[in-house]
Amino acid sequence: MTVATMTDWTRARPQPGWLARLFDYKPFLVVACLFPAIGLLTVFLTYPLGLGLWLSFTDTKIGRTGQWVGWDNFEYLMEDPQFWSAVFYSVFYTAVATFGKFALGLWLALLLNNHVPFKSLLRAIILLPWIVPTVLSALAFWWLYDPQFSIFSYLAVDVLGIREKPFDFLSTTWPARWSLIAANIWRGIPFVAISLLAGLQTISPSLYEAALLDGSTAWQRFRYITFPLLLPILAIVMTFSIIFTFTDFQLVYAITRGGPINSTHLMATLAFQRGIAGGELGEGAAIAVSMIPFLVVATLFSYFALARRKWQQGEAND
Amino acid sequence: MATVEIRNVRKAFGPVEVLHGVSVDIADGEFVVLVGPSGCGKSTLLRMLAGLENITAGEIAIGGKVVNAVPPKDRDIAMVFQNYALYPHMTVFDNMAFSLTLAKAPRSVMEQEVGRAAKILGLEQLLHRFPRQLSGGQRQRVAMGRAIVRNPQVFLFDEPLSNLDAKLRVQMRAEIKELHQRLKVTTVYVTHDQIEAMTMADKIVVMNNGHIEQAGRPLDLYDKPANLFVAGFIGSPAMNMVKGIVTGGRLRMDDGTEWPLPVNGSKPKEGPAIYGVRPEHLQLDSGGIPATVQVVEPTGSETQVLMRIGGQPVIGAFRERVSAKPGEILPVRPDTALVHLFDQQSGMRL
Repeated sequence: MTVATMTDWTRARPQPGWLARLFDYKPFLVVACLFPAIGLLTVFLTYPLGLGLWLSFTDTKIGRTGQWVGWDNFEYLMEDPQFWSAVFYSVFYTAVATFGKFALGLWLALLLNNHVPFKSLLRAIILLPWIVPTVLSALAFWWLYDPQFSIFSYLAVDVLGIREKPFDFLSTTWPARWSLIAANIWRGIPFVAISLLAGLQTISPSLYEAALLDGSTAWQRFRYITFPLLLPILAIVMTFSIIFTFTDFQLVYAITRGGPINSTHLMATLAFQRGIAGGELGEGAAIAVSMIPFLVVATLFSYFALARRKWQQGEAND
Repeated sequence: MATVEIRNVRKAFGPVEVLHGVSVDIADGEFVVLVGPSGCGKSTLLRMLAGLENITAGEIAIGGKVVNAVPPKDRDIAMVFQNYALYPHMTVFDNMAFSLTLAKAPRSVMEQEVGRAAKILGLEQLLHRFPRQLSGGQRQRVAMGRAIVRNPQVFLFDEPLSNLDAKLRVQMRAEIKELHQRLKVTTVYVTHDQIEAMTMADKIVVMNNGHIEQAGRPLDLYDKPANLFVAGFIGSPAMNMVKGIVTGGRLRMDDGTEWPLPVNGSKPKEGPAIYGVRPEHLQLDSGGIPATVQVVEPTGSETQVLMRIGGQPVIGAFRERVSAKPGEILPVRPDTALVHLFDQQSGMRL
């Protein structure tokens, strides 16, 4: 047995265990880190999407495995006036509701960006419609729109006496369509207002002061400073809002279930109606799949037309 | 071009008064620098001049006309902000032409005016760029160009150089001064940097805690500071302040060290006082006051030596190269023609 002299001695390098060495091995680490995300995406996104796509090319019914039928489902839908009515109303609903949400949301955001008393309380109140579960607010609207017990009818007929009959909100086509749009706008405003408020607060106050000294009016400050600087955030919020609105299901299903006479069906509610309630899984899936091109176009529009601005990029070249 | 009169102006934010009656007279074409530490109210005063803050009490007149109730855009002033406040989504040309765009000026006028300003500032090559694509100094020039296009009666600068690095700051300082000499527009310039104030101003207004401590020509402030605050604020390194008692024509410190009194003033009365001597007015002299060396800092052009005399810190700035080691004794002698005496209680010059 030899004794090491002081000069020979070196501090022993700690030997990592097999687990530590495994985690130092890069390919393993990459797979280990990606696994949870990929796993979740596969189970909850890729599989349902793939299954939906597959179903849309089959004649699957509830309780019966389907056969591949090619484009049959889509060809059938092309001839189906109810489908086209749902497409029309989906586009109309999205367009009008998005416009309403952004007009009112921007107005609210501008208002809240000023110094107003009880600012934080107001912000909390504005967020309320968003916090309440959609089905709950849909139920509330269902009561507000009730042919007999509507508070609006009560106010107009019994209190103010400006109408003979109660309002007819949901029993004919166009009033029902507008009523649903109003409910959707009410529900969508908080998201838009709070997001745009966050955007407004990133605009430096000194820009407004500079513009003030440059001789601008309030409208000119909005037109030349606020709006262009808000546009990038506006584009992103609008993309999200369009997607949420176009794929809306809960409000319509809870308030009208697509009625009267299927006039308020959105593509999502029609897909559910045909696929689950009606049992025609293949056809329902085909309707749902038909929404994809609309969503892709909306996203691309926002992405290319609005989101990228040269002045936001820092490169020295042009 | 115009005169600016600030008469007994006060500003309160709620119950907190930040300006306690400030009066400044600015002559036509004068370059006035408001200088003071953070929170002294200098920027607030400038913003009141611009019309961005309202005036709690007192009067501001531009060109002989009281502007208290005149909105900013009608005051005929242009301001350069600390962060430049360039519109990030507009090119340099559009930034500079913005006031003309708002006034719906024809394109030819815009091109002419922007071209004139761009030529003065050497921005001709950058007109199509966005602010993001410019360096700090270029942004600074664009901000000035935007002000020049306005063709205002008064230029306001709010700490315009504080975001630039040291070298660029010196360069832009000279550019702003040269610009003023060329355009001869009345200018009010806010800074916390006394060197900027000294080098650029026709007149310096030293502010502290919402009061004016002293106003005057730069060298007058340096030579005859009215009080301890101005004495300590103007000049770098700062003036040495030695506490002691005036007795028998000398200032005696606690440990018995004696300083010769200034020769210029009348005979000061006996009693406690503060003796002010600038580091550059201390000379090495074998018959001088013994000082214990603590730190020696050679800067090349001079040597700054941190010393202790009678238990109090004293800095000397000597043209000679000092090779003293810490702990050594260095005899120093103040130039009695250039030293100051202040009252201990009020801080006023004696």
